[in-house]
Amino acid sequence: MPQILVQDLRKTFSIAEREPGMWGAVRGLVRRKHRTLCALDGVSFSLEAGELVGYIGPNGAGKSTTVKVLSGILYPDGGRCEVEGRVPWKDRIEHVRRIGVVFGQRTQLWWDLPAIESFDLLREIYGVPLQEYRAVRDELIERLALSPFLDTPVRQLSLGQRMRCDLAAALLHSPSILFLDEPTIGLDAVSKLAVRDFVAGLNRDRKVTVILTTHDMDDIEALCNRVLVIGGGNLLLDGTLAELRAQVTRERWLTVDLEGSEEEARQLDDPEAEVISHDGLRVRLRFDPGVVAPAALIARIAGRYRVRDLFVQNPPIEEIIARLYGNAPG
Amino acid sequence: MKTPLSAYGAVLEARFRTLLQYRAAAAAGFATQLFWGLIRVAIFTAFYQSGSAAHQPMSLPEVIDYIWLTQAMLMLQPWGVDPDVRNMVRTGTVAYELLRPVDLYWLWFTRTVAQRTAPMLLRAVPMLLVAGLFLGLRPPASPAAALGSLLCTATAVALSSAISTLVLLSLLWTVSGEGISRLMPAASMIFSGILLPLPLFPEWAQPVLQALPFRGLADLPFRVYIGHIPAQELIGVLLHQLLWTAALVWLGRRVLVRGLRAMVVQGG
Repeated sequence: MPQILVQDLRKTFSIAEREPGMWGAVRGLVRRKHRTLCALDGVSFSLEAGELVGYIGPNGAGKSTTVKVLSGILYPDGGRCEVEGRVPWKDRIEHVRRIGVVFGQRTQLWWDLPAIESFDLLREIYGVPLQEYRAVRDELIERLALSPFLDTPVRQLSLGQRMRCDLAAALLHSPSILFLDEPTIGLDAVSKLAVRDFVAGLNRDRKVTVILTTHDMDDIEALCNRVLVIGGGNLLLDGTLAELRAQVTRERWLTVDLEGSEEEARQLDDPEAEVISHDGLRVRLRFDPGVVAPAALIARIAGRYRVRDLFVQNPPIEEIIARLYGNAPG
Repeated sequence: MKTPLSAYGAVLEARFRTLLQYRAAAAAGFATQLFWGLIRVAIFTAFYQSGSAAHQPMSLPEVIDYIWLTQAMLMLQPWGVDPDVRNMVRTGTVAYELLRPVDLYWLWFTRTVAQRTAPMLLRAVPMLLVAGLFLGLRPPASPAAALGSLLCTATAVALSSAISTLVLLSLLWTVSGEGISRLMPAASMIFSGILLPLPLFPEWAQPVLQALPFRGLADLPFRVYIGHIPAQELIGVLLHQLLWTAALVWLGRRVLVRGLRAMVVQGG
């Protein structure tokens, strides 16, 4: 029995629509038009304990809806969902005792209180024994380096500080599953790294199952070995990052730095590779390793042009995801 | 595992402490209530002196007591809803409330109790002192009346919180909640006796006023204090308040179950 089981999960929302302008507003008083939006259209997957899974998709794809159903906040319209044998929305109180959730765009801390007071309050709400609480809290404070701003009211914290406090708040009751809904949104590079390190450590040392939704593909590459890609309410792909790449495109990129003039760089071309960008003396080509072996391509280009440096890489994951949705640029 | 009562206690305490910080609002509220109290006392004094006071259901000193109690306890009325919760519903942070291993109805009821009591205490204590020392408010009619009115006021807090929580739950459908949260205080102002002591309403209106829950918020505790309702009838008074509270809690819990099924968490 997997830890999390989702079968054919469905959820639709009814959205009241109003025609724009004054006339629309007046008509809306009498007659409301409703549009049905299908957020989840039969999503199925299962997770084992201790996995760290990236759940990705564009805005409105159904990521947050899935997280909200799995955490017991929303009732689905159909399908089956069990987390450690519990049906989240039916056994809500029992369920939320054992999960932690962070919504990156909102805070669960009391806005006017210092974070430490929110922690104490959460201890009472979750009924964590005092000794256990102190041990868990102190470890979280240390791992997330919270001590410098624990006594500052939350409203005065920076976004990065607040997010670290929010992570701690979600873990005070030692949940076995952690849902992170865009935890790095809006954070600077240093804070992002701190959050990633912490999440990776939590999964490694504590065996906490983590489900991470994000738009930041660096998060995914740094943390997840399994990804679920959702689009239009359907699961498009479930597999490793490598499988995701292989399924969408086998394409690789060759970046070449030339010596000589920019004029020369602009004239670079190759019969079996396509130039996709010029940037001064840097030229980027894409090629299919099935058509031309990377070594042969490199040898040919090095023979024809004065090459200072070159390297082969996979296309960035953003590009791959975009292709998966069928709206790749270019 | 049941949620321990201490969870609700902790929420109540935290919310109460936060609300006690709003001292400037309390000072302004106190000044306004004092001003209105003086005007109302002047109006009733004029009425009683020009008409025949003998036939009135309340004597002038009783009315003056009633008015000062009204001014002191005004914040106990089901004014508006917890602004925090309103904000949470608007922005979708309400999701976090559902992530707590507590009963959402009692969680919000608890927040509402803090919302009803902290601002009231900040205003009531100085108002009772000033009115008692300088403005003609008399002490409770008897020790039994004192104790009885305290008891009635405590149940009035529960009743008012049950009404407010019901209004709060309407947010699950209307998002802004402006409509109902403005209608409710208006109804309550009239039917609880805040605007005009209920015994002064015409005879034909009395059965309706008796039946409605609102008199439990002001009229009943005040008249017990004054001695206008004798201490022997206290049981009936408490029963009226408690039955209405129980009915409104029951209704609120039903509404919440339906609301959660229909709920859409705002924003991404």
